[in-house]
Amino acid sequence: MSFLPYAVAAWVCLVGLYGIVTSRNLIHLALCLTVMQSSTYLLLLAIGYVKGGGPPIFKGVKLGTTSVDPVVQALTLTDIVVSVTVIALILALALDVHKQAGTVDPDEVREMSG
Amino acid sequence: MTWALPLPVVIPLIAAALCTAGDHVLPRRLGDAIGVVGAAGAFAFSLVILVASEEHTRLTWFGGWTPRGHAAIGIAFVADPLGAGVAALATGLALASMLYSWSFLRHAARPYDSLMLLFGGAMAGFALAGDIFNMFVWFELMGVAAYALAGFEIKHVGPIQGAINFAVSNTVGAYMILTGIALLYARTGALNLAQIGHSLAGHKPDGLVIVALTLLVCGFLIKAAIAPFHLWLADAHAVAPAPVCALFSGVMVVIGLLGVTRCYWTVFDASLAPQAHDVRAVLVALGIFTAVLGAVMAFLQRHLKRLLAYSTISHMGIALVAIALLDEKSLGGAASLLLAHGLLKASLFLCCGILLVRFDAIDELRLHGKGRALPLVGLMFGLGAIALAGVPYVGTYLGHAQIDEGATLDGIDWVQPLLMIAAGVSSAAILRAGARIFLGWGPARDPLLSPEPPESAPERSASMPALLAVTGTLLVLGLVVSVAPGLGQRIEQAAGRARDRIAYVDRVLRDHERPAPPRPPVAVEPTTTDSVLYGIGGTLIAVGLALAGLYRRRLPELVRAPLRSALGPPLQVLRLAHSGVVGDYVAWITVGTAVVGGLWALLLRG
Repeated sequence: MSFLPYAVAAWVCLVGLYGIVTSRNLIHLALCLTVMQSSTYLLLLAIGYVKGGGPPIFKGVKLGTTSVDPVVQALTLTDIVVSVTVIALILALALDVHKQAGTVDPDEVREMSG
Repeated sequence: MTWALPLPVVIPLIAAALCTAGDHVLPRRLGDAIGVVGAAGAFAFSLVILVASEEHTRLTWFGGWTPRGHAAIGIAFVADPLGAGVAALATGLALASMLYSWSFLRHAARPYDSLMLLFGGAMAGFALAGDIFNMFVWFELMGVAAYALAGFEIKHVGPIQGAINFAVSNTVGAYMILTGIALLYARTGALNLAQIGHSLAGHKPDGLVIVALTLLVCGFLIKAAIAPFHLWLADAHAVAPAPVCALFSGVMVVIGLLGVTRCYWTVFDASLAPQAHDVRAVLVALGIFTAVLGAVMAFLQRHLKRLLAYSTISHMGIALVAIALLDEKSLGGAASLLLAHGLLKASLFLCCGILLVRFDAIDELRLHGKGRALPLVGLMFGLGAIALAGVPYVGTYLGHAQIDEGATLDGIDWVQPLLMIAAGVSSAAILRAGARIFLGWGPARDPLLSPEPPESAPERSASMPALLAVTGTLLVLGLVVSVAPGLGQRIEQAAGRARDRIAYVDRVLRDHERPAPPRPPVAVEPTTTDSVLYGIGGTLIAVGLALAGLYRRRLPELVRAPLRSALGPPLQVLRLAHSGVVGDYVAWITVGTAVVGGLWALLLRG
């Protein structure tokens, strides 16, 4: 098993984190969050990969055919569904910030600190 | 009995769907009634499960997919008394908050009831889940409902900012948890908690296990608001409506600590038991840091909900110390503390809601002396504040006493004075605010306190008796936790069972029930003299410091000048660290996770 997908997953995660930390735009920030989330897809799919395995669809396939792990694919799908709601919510909130304050820069709408 | 296990989750989800579907069709009050009935049903069944679980751990496999040959292929709900207790706290507080909102948020937008039901139901699901990915799903559902509830009153930009900080920090935490789950699955091929633990048992911890431990623990600690992962909590509380705050502080943060407890005792204990002292060292340090930091920050606030939120952070730190001691007594202490704290803190937030309705303000200085018109609310506020300090045999005292006992047995008796000081200081902050508002003591100006954005009342014509009834009920329940006969012993028994990994594996994978434990005596256990002294100490600190906060200008300049120069700069640094910018929060989360993981990597691999 190659280490490449794991290295890419770690890299994508860090890129997303860097984006979130340095973001000056809430829309950009939400997208960085999805970048970070993509690393979890990569990791999950890499974990379930089996060399030479087919897709985990067993209809009309001979018993004992190698396939990749269907569980991680189910996890990935669940993860996508759950996270879409979160991102949609954050984008909706960003829209509201823009309506109220006329900016989407988190540094400029700072009302609370200390 | 097993048929009842899914009900605390299923009932609120169905009720939430009905509320949403009936929107615009049903009369307003009928929709609200469906919500309240749903919450009440969830609470009732949580209590049924709690009572049943005290005898045997209850288990149900969805769709009848029972384990084959020690491999769990289905998804299970497992109710042990600790999990069922948290589910009951979650659904109970959700019910109380919805009853309060009946009058407090009468004209709130329609999704409010549905969101509250989803929030409560998801927390119950998390507490009962026996599968780590299932825990993640409930965790996210609970999160989404909570983000939406935090940003509910979109009249100012402040609430939106608080909701965004909350959503982003916690979503980063959720991805950390998911990555940890993926790593555990890669190692063990299992998602069921019992089976993961069973597969890890007896193997020395390697890099993968340590990374998974770090990601899962830190991810849950974000939700539990443990420093340096706590920064979002005060923002979220400052902006959420009072009944939502009651749920956030009362039980949502507890869910984070339950996640840590559950993962450690069902999964990681299998591999880390020989090096438990290293796990303990790091978590105890985090807990003490949080307890002190939260208490100090609470003392610097004038926005009541923010003040209470920082006090919650301090109490979470105390509870983390207790959980991290990794013994039965202390874990029971954490549970008792969190139960009393949840009820008391919820009632304090509801008091704030009453102040907001009555005076359209939630700022300690702006409310100076106004509370004299509401003596009953003042009494409740004062009682709630002092009961959080650990006065002997009141409120959180039982938890403190159990933690004292556990820490003494572990030979770590230097933690109790620190926890006493933290509890005293955060209580002092609440008492000071209460004295200023309800008694009119102290000056109406105080440059020490952080200014905050104003907040307007959602409902000026709320029915006061209804609000008072809900608040008072929670307060009384919180006050009597320490003297409820037999409660302490039962909680300890529950903690002992939550720690018993072998019994858990036997129950879940082999369907082997342990004989029912002996029923604990129905009596109030006497506590040690040390505990009583710590309780009195905490109370004195609370009262003394509250007075000092109000009347510090009367202290001689000889005392004030050195204090000012010694405390001023560090407090300034603390304030700057709580910057209100979400990027900074995530940076702190990253640094905190790296430090915790690094320490564990050094200690556990050695």
